[in-house]
Amino acid sequence: MLFKPISQNFNDFVIDRDKERCINCEVCVRQCSYEAHFWDDARQCVNHDNTKCVGCHRCEALCPTGCLTIKKNPADFRDNALWTPTYMKYLYKQGDTGGILLSGMGSPSAKPIYWDNLQLDASQVTNPSIDPLREPMELRTYLGSKPDKVEIEQTPDGPKLKTKIGPQIKLEYPMMFSAMSFGSINFNLHKAMAMAATELGIVYNTGEGGLHPTLYKYGANTIVQVASGRFGVHKDYLNAGAAIEIKVGQGAKPGIGGHLPGEKIDEEVSKTRMVPVGSDAISPAPHHDIYSIEDLLQLIYALKEATEYRVPVSVKIAAVHNAAAIASGIVRAGADIVVIDGFRGGTGAAPTMIRDNVGIPVELALAQVDNRLRDEGIRNWASLVVAGGTRCSADVIKAIALGADAVYIATAALVAVGCTLCGRCYTGKCPWGIATNEARLKKRQNPEIAAKRLTNLVKAWGHEIQEMLGGMGLNSIESLRGNRDKLRGIGLNEVELDILGVKHAGR
Amino acid sequence: MRRVYPNKDFCIGCHICELACLTAHSESKDLIIAVREEQASGLRPCKAVYEKGPVCVSLSCRHCENPSCVTACISGALYKDEETGRTMYDERQCVGCWSCLMACPFGAIRRNQAKGKIIKCDLCEGRDKPACVEACPNAALSYEDR
Repeated sequence: MLFKPISQNFNDFVIDRDKERCINCEVCVRQCSYEAHFWDDARQCVNHDNTKCVGCHRCEALCPTGCLTIKKNPADFRDNALWTPTYMKYLYKQGDTGGILLSGMGSPSAKPIYWDNLQLDASQVTNPSIDPLREPMELRTYLGSKPDKVEIEQTPDGPKLKTKIGPQIKLEYPMMFSAMSFGSINFNLHKAMAMAATELGIVYNTGEGGLHPTLYKYGANTIVQVASGRFGVHKDYLNAGAAIEIKVGQGAKPGIGGHLPGEKIDEEVSKTRMVPVGSDAISPAPHHDIYSIEDLLQLIYALKEATEYRVPVSVKIAAVHNAAAIASGIVRAGADIVVIDGFRGGTGAAPTMIRDNVGIPVELALAQVDNRLRDEGIRNWASLVVAGGTRCSADVIKAIALGADAVYIATAALVAVGCTLCGRCYTGKCPWGIATNEARLKKRQNPEIAAKRLTNLVKAWGHEIQEMLGGMGLNSIESLRGNRDKLRGIGLNEVELDILGVKHAGR
Repeated sequence: MRRVYPNKDFCIGCHICELACLTAHSESKDLIIAVREEQASGLRPCKAVYEKGPVCVSLSCRHCENPSCVTACISGALYKDEETGRTMYDERQCVGCWSCLMACPFGAIRRNQAKGKIIKCDLCEGRDKPACVEACPNAALSYEDR
């Protein structure tokens, strides 16, 4: 109490308890997994320790009298444009620990968000807008390789498609739940994603944690992931899903592997991941059998062989400087879907410096990949999916206008089920029962409630997308795909406009 | 008949059901007044959350088909309402012998030591849904006919 290391003195938040309203019911004590609230025996009342508060707002949300407010700590350092409090606290912490700084969730850094500098077009007079409440509005999307040309043959039963179309994923909305592994998030949420995806007619992604045996029944709405650690990968797993995704990179930490701490590996995670209970599950940064596009090609076709060419194979990379060339190679290696994950993408844990300083905004990578594939005449060989920090339906529709076929959402989905981006996922003590496998915490996510909230989220975005499409005079999402004429930049310089391939507003 | 069913898999041990019960049975219908003032004069929640490690469950009267508590009650304070199927309790008649408490196989009847009588769930008579079910933040309590 009297002496604490300097790193613990400058806490980020303060707990404001309205004593007039506090009834000492201890709900906050029971809900705080960081023990910031406690029963003070000496004072015979509930008390708190500001230094332990991570700003998750769980206590505030559940306080039955609304007597709690979590506030930013008003105490601050002397103004200094270079040595901001963030960097000073990093230094205090590293002075304490000598270790790498670790962060949960995507980068909060103040780098440009290009979605906010793009405006959508709207129809007026000559090409009237469409009322989605009265006219059909098509959001259905198919992901997978499309043929160069389509041949039709006449049969006694009428015209039929002669060209054989490769395996596709059918989506009723141009959105999917992004890869979040069983282990990094718990079974309740995996089940909720599976239930919601099934209800919505979309897919969710297992991440690299394997697929729990009880979730195989949702296979038609599941993308099974093969990452460098190969956790939980076996023939039945590969054949369980609607598609297979090879994860090469992740937007939040390009070039970095994964590390699920042993504390998060309980019996069920162990069975599903095929690793011993309590042992750390480390995915190496590289796949140790992929050192070239040819190696990637071999893995893609090994997976296609294993699944008898029934499901599309996707390859996910982080958005990096030469993403366009990499994506071209991936498509030529036989991938049916290319996923580009921008640096805003979330994660359970990433080295803070990597998270905030490596990778590029997904908007720029997407525009460049779409351009390159078009220039090479191979855009139809694969579908493009973007991920990383999609916050709303407008971001989705802008991504599609910029060239994406569909969008992965993850952080938005977690926020819909309660996440407050407190960024302590790596501690395994997530107070909202999301990034935790602790028995008493994980049950805070009731799959029925979570599935309903996820379903509501996607349906709400679907309605908004239909409204926006109608406003643009379009009646299908297909008509918008890669239609950059429906976008205009605001406050962007010529280089940025050139990379994005859009005109400035007013032109 | 419809009963309150707890689900231990999703009970988060917040005890908000107890506070909701307390408020619903208070005169003021105000949580702060109920806790600070009415508790002092003997108001108690009809349900209790039991916890052991990560397992917790919110328990209240099961309103059994053939309730042992009714058989055990020496004063006629507990009786079965034939119309609604609920096990009812008339506090005025209770003599605080605790026979019902001993007989209940669920431990769902509790002592109200302030009053020297028992306390048990009445399914919030007059409400569509018991207050505890409405207040549970994780839908760990359901009010249904099984």
